[in-house]
Amino acid sequence: MSLNIRNIVLFAAYFLALAMVARFQSPTLAMTILNMGLISAIMALGVNMQWGYAGLFNVGIMGFTAVGGLAVVLVSMPPVPDAVRAGAFGTALGLMIGAATIFAAIILWRRMAPGRLRLAALFAVLIAGWLANRYFFVPAVNAIEAVNPALEGNLGGLGLPVLLSWPVGAVFAAGAAWLVGKVSLGLRSDYLAIATLGISEIIVAILKNEAWLARGVKNVSGLPRPVSTPLELRQEDWVISLAESLGRPVTEVSALLAQGAYAGLFLIVLGALLWLSEKALNSPWGRMMRAIRDNETAARAMGKDVTRRHLNIFVLGSAVCGLAGAMMVTLDSQLNPGTYEPLRFTFLIWVMVIVGGSGNNWGAVLGGLLIWFLWVQVEPAGRWLMDVATIWLGEDSDLRAHLMNNAAHMRLLTMGLALLLFLRFSPRGLIPER
Amino acid sequence: MDLLNALVTTLNFVIIPAVTYGSQLALGALGVTLIYGILRFSNFAHGDTMAFGTMATILTTWTLQAGGIGLGIFPTALLALPVGIAATVIWVLATDRLVYRFYRGQRVKPVVMVMVSLGVMFVTNGFVRLIIGPGDRRFDDGARFIFSAGEFREWSGLAEGLALRSTQALTVVLAILVMIALFWFLNRTRTGKSMRAYSDNEDLALLSGISPERVVMVTWLIAGALATVAGVLYGLDKGFRPFTYFQLLLPIFASAIVGGLGNPMGAIAGGYLIAFAEMTITYNWRRVLNHLLEQDLPPGVAIQLLSVDYKFAVSFGLLVLVLVIRPTGIFRGKSV
Repeated sequence: MSLNIRNIVLFAAYFLALAMVARFQSPTLAMTILNMGLISAIMALGVNMQWGYAGLFNVGIMGFTAVGGLAVVLVSMPPVPDAVRAGAFGTALGLMIGAATIFAAIILWRRMAPGRLRLAALFAVLIAGWLANRYFFVPAVNAIEAVNPALEGNLGGLGLPVLLSWPVGAVFAAGAAWLVGKVSLGLRSDYLAIATLGISEIIVAILKNEAWLARGVKNVSGLPRPVSTPLELRQEDWVISLAESLGRPVTEVSALLAQGAYAGLFLIVLGALLWLSEKALNSPWGRMMRAIRDNETAARAMGKDVTRRHLNIFVLGSAVCGLAGAMMVTLDSQLNPGTYEPLRFTFLIWVMVIVGGSGNNWGAVLGGLLIWFLWVQVEPAGRWLMDVATIWLGEDSDLRAHLMNNAAHMRLLTMGLALLLFLRFSPRGLIPER
Repeated sequence: MDLLNALVTTLNFVIIPAVTYGSQLALGALGVTLIYGILRFSNFAHGDTMAFGTMATILTTWTLQAGGIGLGIFPTALLALPVGIAATVIWVLATDRLVYRFYRGQRVKPVVMVMVSLGVMFVTNGFVRLIIGPGDRRFDDGARFIFSAGEFREWSGLAEGLALRSTQALTVVLAILVMIALFWFLNRTRTGKSMRAYSDNEDLALLSGISPERVVMVTWLIAGALATVAGVLYGLDKGFRPFTYFQLLLPIFASAIVGGLGNPMGAIAGGYLIAFAEMTITYNWRRVLNHLLEQDLPPGVAIQLLSVDYKFAVSFGLLVLVLVIRPTGIFRGKSV
């Protein structure tokens, strides 16, 4: 970042606003906003790689963050031995048969001469594969889900340290992105958008319905934490003495410390990513990406494989989103597939990137922090505004009650307007690309 | 082998629902494909435009119902539909004037237009939720069935019932009427021809004196009307919920792309194709097989390729197949 006054003022304004929240609302709220803001900033960073560096339009951010969240469960939860014994083999076999079927079908389609025979062979392979898959998969899944369904009913994870799940989440998201990118990149730019929309819906559907994997809509809670819980901190002598010297209750101080530890972890990740992205953006690779974005034909004429480079950056950006998704689940210490909603997890991130400044990493970070702050704070503000705007209808008006009830949706409207206004009047965002 | 009962079961649980759903998708995909053909971008706000039109229709329906006005056996929503269409047309024309026109003038890349449509989607979605709330709304009234399963069983003496809900019949009839009107308009009228000319070759159309702003306006008008009709029919059939309409975006896009983006005939074919694929793949064929084999399959055996929860996977799978094998779609849409 060029150390210009404007950017420093913008970041300072954000932290000032956060300090105001801490002072007038509550310090814990401020910390919660900061933590989620940092995660949003990382997501925005990932999307900025795709959109800002390469002009790729990803509408499936929700899916990539969700699959990152799944990694946390699969890596860090302790395994469920009974369930593993009951069905791990059958599930794995079923999945492998499924994959082999698809692979065989593709080979068949490529190798055989077009005609009726090929079609018949294709159907035969698909049906046989499907039957074999069902034969092993269904009983295994039922067996797993029958194991202590109130608490478990899934395979559990590997019981490894939770921090390890962050890079794994990134790898998961990268895999999903590779699949989508391979199919839809190189075609019209809108196709990628539609394909990502599809994959994200499917990923969330899998998370919701495959209970053997991560308990589906029954949620996994109590995920291991990388830092001490407030409850543990409360017992520590130094925390008690710190609280005394500050003159604040121990519960509040310990909660703040626990959240502060998360904020520290997130800051390290964000800092590392930011440093890497800045390095990448200013390297020959970054210049090539921008050249491709600005003029594909010229870049192609220079011998650049545009589709391949697009696939690179798309996978990379999605991996960052997956990482952020894993971090978010770790922060919440639960995976709750029902909460993955595209408006919140895909389109809000887009608002962050556009408002912050697409093509500029610092802009994306600022956008993430700022928009998350507004997202949290606009709701009470919207309620208040609606209250003032409808006061003339009278206290007992039905219309007023109805509008007040729906006032929470004001923030969708506000965010959409912010997106449109920025696109129109300040398309380069708060911190423009240099 | 009990062919008759198997056939009736298939008709009742697969074919009739698929034709209904296909008609709704086809109407939605027609709107998307028209916008794509003329304005050259994928309109992500289309699902929420449908929600907007349905909301306007529902509000009018409620007003009419409160005033005691109805259509007897037909749903009151039919009477409210023109009002809904008018409101939606005003809304989309306003978004065009305030938002899209600026970018058209700038001749931005299509992907920027898609981004802008995302903003419009966000605003429309927020507006709809603000006015009518995010919950489920049912607004169908009038006769529920043309004939019910019980009546059919009594009439035919078969073990299986066949029901035809009035909303299903209404959907198909209205959709066919709208499609005929649309094709007559595109092929026979001067404005329709100028739209097709503009879609085929913009420069040539401009040279021959076709006013682009007029073409664009007519396109939004038709797209708004189509979106409202599709939305209202879907809502009558399955109930209205803003989020569901947003999710319809995927099957609608899949229909338009599978058929060939920019090609109206393709949109219709794509809509029915997606609907039939979704129904046949997510339906549990156990009952049909029971009739065909004349013995009950062991309990717990589901003859279902995918559970209903994965119906989006069907749209997505077909979309991927078409993108891999033939990216221009079945009917050769505009460009890759």
